[in-house]
Amino acid sequence: MIEIVPALLAGDRRALARLLTRIENESPGAAEALAALYPHTGRAHIIGVTGSPGTGKSSLVNAIAQAYRAQGKTVGIICVDPTSPFTGGAILGDRIRMRDLAGDAGVFIRSMATRGSLGGLSRTARDAVRALDAAGFDVILIETVGAGQSEVDIVRAAQTTLVVDAPGMGDDVQAIKAGILEIADVLVVNKADRPGVDNTVRALRTMIETGHPVRRGQMTTHHGQVMHLEADPLPPVDDSMWIPPILRTVAPEGQGIPEVLAAVKQHRDYLDQGNHRHQLERHQVEFELLTRLEAALMARFLGALPPQAMTELVDRVRARELDPAAAVEALLKLPKS
Amino acid sequence: MDAIRVLIAKPGLDGHDRGAKVIARALRDAGMEVIYTGLRQTPEMIAEAALQEDVQVVGLSILSGAHLALVPRVREVMDAHGLNDVPLLVGGIIPDSDIASLKAMGVAGVFGPGTNTEDIIQHIRHLVPAA
Ligand SMILES: Nc1nc2c(ncn2[C@@H]2O[C@H](COP(=O)(O)OP(=O)(O)OP(=O)(O)O)[C@@H](O)[C@H]2O)c(=O)[nH]1
Ligand SMILES: [Mg+2]
Repeated sequence: MIEIVPALLAGDRRALARLLTRIENESPGAAEALAALYPHTGRAHIIGVTGSPGTGKSSLVNAIAQAYRAQGKTVGIICVDPTSPFTGGAILGDRIRMRDLAGDAGVFIRSMATRGSLGGLSRTARDAVRALDAAGFDVILIETVGAGQSEVDIVRAAQTTLVVDAPGMGDDVQAIKAGILEIADVLVVNKADRPGVDNTVRALRTMIETGHPVRRGQMTTHHGQVMHLEADPLPPVDDSMWIPPILRTVAPEGQGIPEVLAAVKQHRDYLDQGNHRHQLERHQVEFELLTRLEAALMARFLGALPPQAMTELVDRVRARELDPAAAVEALLKLPKS
Repeated sequence: MDAIRVLIAKPGLDGHDRGAKVIARALRDAGMEVIYTGLRQTPEMIAEAALQEDVQVVGLSILSGAHLALVPRVREVMDAHGLNDVPLLVGGIIPDSDIASLKAMGVAGVFGPGTNTEDIIQHIRHLVPAA
């Protein structure tokens, strides 16, 4: 796989597509290729787009990508859709809304299914973003359905996160969960041509104003648990807080899209003030290292367990001979092969 | 687990995709990842999506009767994109008398009306070499 690196860096789209498959499959060779590409990453502006199903995320990504193309910027897109937990299959249909981008060599769209593991997806999605970054795309958009923790973890890889809502998505306040609002840098109320848009905007404004402001990156949830990361050794130079603007769009008409791009630009400028970017990146890297370490330790630990050890302990816990905490203590004390 | 990735595309001008969606769902239920791109795809759009998505199989659903014109064009553009190794399947309203011509154009499987989706699934599994 390492041999495709020069082609990928030179802009070979097939090489990029092939590497993305290897990344998704966690195939041998992908890690070496990613290691070789890593020094070439860090240039792109990464934008997460998340929100409830059907709010118009793909339509927005389509419109935003077109607007960046009009500025001469190249755009890489990753669309994540859920895998069916019953069959392991998936229908990836986000491209339907992105036909305006067809035939443009400055755009590359890749659909990804969430597949099995919780932490696995945010890992592979991050690596997929890196492959697009190394391939030279100026802007990278990641679309995910804002449903669960793993989707939230994916957009945490972004520098700017758009949370999309729309009127008529059921109970407006319920439509966006508090956890997802917390990660929003820009709130987009799409389908502004629909009745009820004022209510949606008002509900979001109330949620933002009454919510406890959390300095982004200071705290991060990890598999649902709030985790306080090590304090940044540098004192904050600029303590100003970013307040997410609320913007209205009609994505299929391109209405409100210039304002979305302007808000993304403002957020980017905000990151460049003081040490906001430094802090964000530091927390992102630390979070990713912890996630990877957790997965690696787990794999190593489970791989070294004597066969049957887990089954026996499960049976003993079921039989009420041991409580779960004691079973884990026993696992930790078992001799490893 | 490496899922089989399939592109289901509708070239040409016919305006409904019920059949394509039935196939897409059947393939998903068989554990495949199906990229569905919607109606009225040009051969260029199909080849480009197949390349970006790195699919192992492309399935075309054609109801308009234009298959003898569309299929060679899709094959040609896919080949021009370096996708010579990606097999092409064709389904829809295809008269038996056209099957031989389609196969001569490099189509790896033709599925007419009334095809059992299980046959398509088996055919794809057979075409895609185990990773
Ligand atoms: N009226 C109106 N309809 C819209 C607007 N934006 C999107 N839609 C429609 O809403 C539907 C869903 O749009 P998508 O862009 O697929 O939404 P999505 O959030 O990506 O959907 P999922 O990926 O399935 O969660 C489509 O039928 C769009 O045409 C809008 O601004 N106004
Ligand atoms: Mg979508």
